[in-house]
Amino acid sequence: MEQILSWISNHQEILYIVILMIFVGIEVIGRVPSVLHTPLMSGANAIHGVVIIGAIIVMGKAAPTNYLALIFGFIAVIVGTLNVVGGFVVTDRMLEMFSKKKK
Amino acid sequence: MELNLLTFIYLIASVTFIVGLKMLSHPASARNGNRVAAVGMTLAILGTIFLYEEDGTRLGNYGWIFGGILIGTVVGTLAAKRVKMTAMPEMVSLFNGMGGACAALISLVEFDHLAHLDPVMAGVLLMANAAGALKGFLLIIVIGLVIGSVSFAGSIIAWGKLNGSIKDFSFKGQHLFNILLLGIIVALASYLIIFLPANAIFIFYTIFFLSLLYGIFFVFPIGGADMPVVISLLNSFTGVAAACGGFLYENKVMLTGGILVGAAGTLLTILMCKAMNRSLTNVLIGSFGGGSKVGTAAGTAVGTHKEISLSDTAVLMSYAAKVYIVPGYGLAVAQAQHACHELEKLLESKGVDVKYAIHPVAGRMPGHMNVLLAEADVPYEKLLEMEQANEEFSTTDVVLILGANDVVNPAAKSDTSSPIYGMPILDVELAKHVIVNKRSMKPGYAGIENELFFRPKTSMLFGDAKKVLQDLVAEIKNL
Repeated sequence: MEQILSWISNHQEILYIVILMIFVGIEVIGRVPSVLHTPLMSGANAIHGVVIIGAIIVMGKAAPTNYLALIFGFIAVIVGTLNVVGGFVVTDRMLEMFSKKKK
Repeated sequence: MELNLLTFIYLIASVTFIVGLKMLSHPASARNGNRVAAVGMTLAILGTIFLYEEDGTRLGNYGWIFGGILIGTVVGTLAAKRVKMTAMPEMVSLFNGMGGACAALISLVEFDHLAHLDPVMAGVLLMANAAGALKGFLLIIVIGLVIGSVSFAGSIIAWGKLNGSIKDFSFKGQHLFNILLLGIIVALASYLIIFLPANAIFIFYTIFFLSLLYGIFFVFPIGGADMPVVISLLNSFTGVAAACGGFLYENKVMLTGGILVGAAGTLLTILMCKAMNRSLTNVLIGSFGGGSKVGTAAGTAVGTHKEISLSDTAVLMSYAAKVYIVPGYGLAVAQAQHACHELEKLLESKGVDVKYAIHPVAGRMPGHMNVLLAEADVPYEKLLEMEQANEEFSTTDVVLILGANDVVNPAAKSDTSSPIYGMPILDVELAKHVIVNKRSMKPGYAGIENELFFRPKTSMLFGDAKKVLQDLVAEIKNL
């Protein structure tokens, strides 16, 4: 119990962010029309590609002889980039269709 | 200085994610919203590569990092640019799986660091008050591993199911099996974290493989029509997995981005369910896959359907006052959106009022049809949502259904045993004539018969949507 409480107080800043972000996330997309469900999902998909930053840190810290970290880190950077780049490009292509008709 | 700059960059990136998501939920600003978030992401990535420090040391292995990013960028851009509009949903699923894999890999490497900690150091950590911190660290690694793996395996299955390479698969007691599997994963994880046993590495990898297995069996029994909901759910899972990375490195941008997507994704999942008038538990447990057999047996419509010729269709449509087109997945598969727009323009020139009735889940994803028809330059005002369209059908002369099935199935209203019972549908039966274009009498994605096809008002026009539409245009021109 004591361990848990001290862990919470040591990470309070992060825990505050988590709680606030949950509410922001819900508020921000509260009134999305169903037409935009797919592009929004795709855009959110690209944003969680932020996990790439973790992959870069893992890769950058890997010791030259630690092959597991090097190989897994390298794959992680590749798939993370796929998530980010692919996600944003696909979303842009979907939304391109929407913007065209305004003209 | 550099670290402060990095903190500032992360702050900006976090704000762009929030603003980007906000803009993405409005049609007019959506495209720019996506770009705003992309710019923030680029800043955060570059900042991490060049400015990140841990205990005073910069990151190394630049060759590997840039190599990986280069490969990912080239493959990702090509894949995203080349994919057909019909295959968009499975592409999103695939990219989502990649994010999950990334989170799982990070956990694998971080656990490896932890496991190979100098025993003396580990002992010191355990003895001191730091034991709590170590366990907290391990907990987050395990959560990231489990969620990332489930998301990865699940997304790959969803991808396979959407492109047709993986068929629905379920067995008796599958839900029990899944719950059991999840129970074992939780039990193993608790054992690992609380007791830090000597065979920790073995247990960790067992958790990894069981999580992959769970991801597979989690998505397997869920029917194709529910796939968008599942992808959205897995999307929010990956968000949480990414946030675990934020916890590990005390990295605020990963944390905000991940939690934001986790929360927004969960809400989006629920909104999608609502659009189909189904609850999330219903989608996950009372899956289409399992229920459909019952539905088919109970709802089998006996009777004969009648066919209509192209020339009759042409006459019927060109002398109508009001025509509604109901597009479905068949239109997307046949890439018939341009031919469809051509037919609409031709009929308009003859004084026919032509509109489209878009069911919220027509196609394989919400908004799928809107994107497709917009590609063919169909004006936005011509696309009516379900509620508006339903008010118009009673004054409509001809409804032309192009490759849609479940979204016009009256069983959703009348047959309580039907797996799609309760889903709002387009009331096309209110119109004077209903013409259904399909390739064959085969049931739709939910795997159930559609009584509509046997109703006296309904005529069938068999053939590939694109070919039929082109022939129809030619026929109307010859009138």
